[in-house]
Amino acid sequence: MTRAAVEIPTKKKLRVATTSLAGCFGCHMSLLDIDERLVPLLELVELDASPLTDIKHPGPCDLGLIEGGLCNADNVRMLRVFREQCKVLVAMGACAINGGLPAQRNHLDIRDCLQTVYLSGHGVERGFIPNDPELPLPLKQVHPLHDVVKIDYFLPGCPPSAEAIWQFLTDIIAGRTPHLGHGLIKYD
Amino acid sequence: MALNLSAIVARHGGDPSRLVQILRDVMDAEGHVAPPVITALASTLGVSRGQVEGVVGFYSFLDSEPRGKYRVLFSDNITDELSGGHELRQRMLDAFRLELGEVSRDGLVSIGATSCTGLCDQGPAMLVNGRAIARLTPARIGAIASLIRGESPMDQWPDNLFVIDSHIERKDLLLSTPLSPGEAIDAAIARGAAATIDEIARSGLRGRGGAGFGTGQKWAACAAAHGGGPAERYVVCNADEGEPGTFKDRELFAHYTDLVLEGMTVAGFAVGAQKGLIYLRAEYPFLFAPLLAKLEERRRAGLLGRDVRGARGFDFDIELHIGAGAYVCGEESALIESLEGKRGIPRNRPPFPVTHGYKQQPTVVNNVETLAVAALIAKHGADFLRAVGTAKSSGTKVLSVSGDVARPGIYEYPFGVPVARVLEDAGARDTQAVQVGGPSGILLGANELGRRISFEDVPSAGAFMVFDTTRDMLAVVENFTRFFAHESCGFCTPCRVGTTLSAQMMKRLVAGKGSRRDMKDLAKVTQIMKASSHCGLGHTAGNPVIDALAKFRPSFDRKLRSLDVLPTFDLDEALAPAREATARDDAEAHFNEEES
Amino acid sequence: MTAKTFQMDGHDVPFEEGQSILAAALAAGSYVPYLCYHAEFKPHGSCKVCTVKVNGRTQASCTTPAREGDVVESNVDELNELRKNLVQFLFTEGNHFCPSCEASGGCALQAVGYELGMTTAHYSPLFPDRPVDASHPDVLLDFNRCILCELCVRASSLVDGKNVFSLSGRGITKHLIVNAESGKLADTTLSVEDKAMSVCPVGVILRKRRGFKAPIGERRYDAHSISEVAVAHPEDEAK
Repeated sequence: MTRAAVEIPTKKKLRVATTSLAGCFGCHMSLLDIDERLVPLLELVELDASPLTDIKHPGPCDLGLIEGGLCNADNVRMLRVFREQCKVLVAMGACAINGGLPAQRNHLDIRDCLQTVYLSGHGVERGFIPNDPELPLPLKQVHPLHDVVKIDYFLPGCPPSAEAIWQFLTDIIAGRTPHLGHGLIKYD
Repeated sequence: MALNLSAIVARHGGDPSRLVQILRDVMDAEGHVAPPVITALASTLGVSRGQVEGVVGFYSFLDSEPRGKYRVLFSDNITDELSGGHELRQRMLDAFRLELGEVSRDGLVSIGATSCTGLCDQGPAMLVNGRAIARLTPARIGAIASLIRGESPMDQWPDNLFVIDSHIERKDLLLSTPLSPGEAIDAAIARGAAATIDEIARSGLRGRGGAGFGTGQKWAACAAAHGGGPAERYVVCNADEGEPGTFKDRELFAHYTDLVLEGMTVAGFAVGAQKGLIYLRAEYPFLFAPLLAKLEERRRAGLLGRDVRGARGFDFDIELHIGAGAYVCGEESALIESLEGKRGIPRNRPPFPVTHGYKQQPTVVNNVETLAVAALIAKHGADFLRAVGTAKSSGTKVLSVSGDVARPGIYEYPFGVPVARVLEDAGARDTQAVQVGGPSGILLGANELGRRISFEDVPSAGAFMVFDTTRDMLAVVENFTRFFAHESCGFCTPCRVGTTLSAQMMKRLVAGKGSRRDMKDLAKVTQIMKASSHCGLGHTAGNPVIDALAKFRPSFDRKLRSLDVLPTFDLDEALAPAREATARDDAEAHFNEEES
Repeated sequence: MTAKTFQMDGHDVPFEEGQSILAAALAAGSYVPYLCYHAEFKPHGSCKVCTVKVNGRTQASCTTPAREGDVVESNVDELNELRKNLVQFLFTEGNHFCPSCEASGGCALQAVGYELGMTTAHYSPLFPDRPVDASHPDVLLDFNRCILCELCVRASSLVDGKNVFSLSGRGITKHLIVNAESGKLADTTLSVEDKAMSVCPVGVILRKRRGFKAPIGERRYDAHSISEVAVAHPEDEAK
């Protein structure tokens, strides 16, 4: 098989994994918004772990796209798996880049948040704070990805537009340094 | 402690430019400046409330919230730290079960940290309600804690607690040439104002505060400002000796008071000023009363006041201003802002203080040591100074030597003295590094000890802190970055944010939790501060980092773990609040050591 | 009569005596990024984003008077990198969550970030705790986004004569305050007609009930970048 690969030089598909950590899947929706270009894209890439394939854990990949910031212990662990498996890791969208909307809880004490939501909030009766070890514990504050691992590229936007994602992916696939021209960099 | 605000305001003539002094008096009377007091002060003084609140918020020693009845501040210079200051601080925190910066629940005591208090030759040191206590030991801490617990009034504390030692270890030209009060003034009057400035210029005297600007040139520019015509001119003595590791002005004011005041008077005569202002840092409370007494003595002796020394029309008097805890006020234009009762933000220049200084009038701002030397030049002439030193650095330099030496103290040398000579005289052994000129100066490694103290080679504002081979240079630099983050005035983006980011990255690196990215960023941030900051503080805040990265690289590398990027925060600790709320302690509720 | 000129990035820029490098450059159609500058107020040079090199030395161009024959570098990689870093500092310092900000699309900080190609704040965010002030019936203050440009301080003092805003604190704790013992905007004399209402380059001082009025696509910097807007309508930009 390896011999064949040497003799018939077909371009190897780029192996891509994606995930949403503390995000809303909006960035993934925006990825799907590249519409009919998905077809040529799938000629060039092969999806590994992703909400789109329902594969949970990535194998070795060329590219990892991560949506969402770090809100809990699982987010951190999954991010590290991605960092280990992906040659190039991309923080996709506002939450991955600066914590985004979830990070607006950062000035609150997480203990008070849990208390209010599960014990003392309006309409809560006989409440308790869930403590099953299956549940990931929230971090004191929500963090951007680059607070924990090295991030190779940042693709801003809430979400990044389909155009920006397309531009970014085609640059990467072509082996160029991704460059978002004016109008494609957006923080909102 | 009833507050008589109108009496305080009246004592300062209702002058809004005395705002910092007024607020200091309010602090003394009440322990804090409460919001209603801020409102009342603003309306009495006819300034906006926000302006008064902004000033209270700017200075470390002014508070709008109550602190402890006994307000303890430990000096946090590296020399205090190396002589066990942090351990003693912890001992006292433990004694009162407090966190750093916290006020005890009964309001009795608060314990915090403050920038270098200028007692590096006799540290660790602290301030209690503004009064300085040096040579701290566990026994002293115990005694102080008992006095506080017993709510003993501070004027009944044993006198020996407040004794400040003097260590003048080596005298040269400045410290050994006697001068009788009035001699220099007489000589200046006899020579004439213009000729006095010429004489100062010819002596090659350069500012001893660090920048090294020609003193004669400065005086000439002030005298010539506004076409040389009549103007209110001012002479300001910069005694805001805030550069960590510097305490020479403390000794000059303690033991050479007349010489300094004589220098100010000579400057006043030369530039045509009627008023002199001393801006003395708050950390030297032991100097206040003697200084005021000395001023009074000189007034009585005709050395200040109307027709000084009988020279008709030469009216000159000196007013004392006390700082309120802000290193940046050592920068001359920030100092002037502070003298005018404002936040100590450095001004845009030009115009320079020599044309538009205090109250927008021509103003000379000189360092304490510069003025003392000027007095001697006035008496003995330019050649007296030129005979000593090097080509571009005439005269001598008074150094404040501290750190790992057998005999810390004041050492005066002719310019050009090799660093090694100072080390030898002070009894330094196994020297690893010397920080010359304080954190904003130059960090010298062991292979650079042949370099010389002079404007041509290693300039120094006076600090000379020695570190032997047992010291962790990263911890030294971390202390300095913490200092700059605390003292940045916050006016410009690069310094305001850059000093804080540097301090955070150094903290991670010292703790062994830093990454290569931190080191790269540290170099970048210091470069940004140097290139784009508003004033000298930001320009120099990165110096210790730049020097350390260049000269003590192995110290950094030793602390790095192999990973390219480490979490910028402690992962396991970040789960602690949620662990507490859920009462979980299972494996998944932790990041184990390998993960963290 | 030949106008006095200095050279910027190889072009001659005319100036009037006393004019700053920044003002002269903008008037001549050459954009230099800036945040705390406003044509109607005396520049104070705190943001440092307008830093240029004058005869090889870095200077804030808003506070540096133009001089005949000066050689100024501005639109060069080294300086744009420096500016981008300063904008990253500002994003790191405050809580800048553009997606939920009413000023998004009309925000100078954001627009300068786009202009300089900033895709991340890079440093570890400081996430300061800055409660909003919604006490005033018509105005909301969201301090999270404050970049300490002092334009509202200057406008309120110099134009409105009210001193509604001031600064307190020092270093990284420096912050905007309002002129009231309660610390609340409702207890000041601010009114919606004040100059101070219209100068905030970011989203701190907001008219209530006006949020997100301009649809996406029609906001100030949607169709045109800040570099185009700033030189096309310098007087508009200074509004």
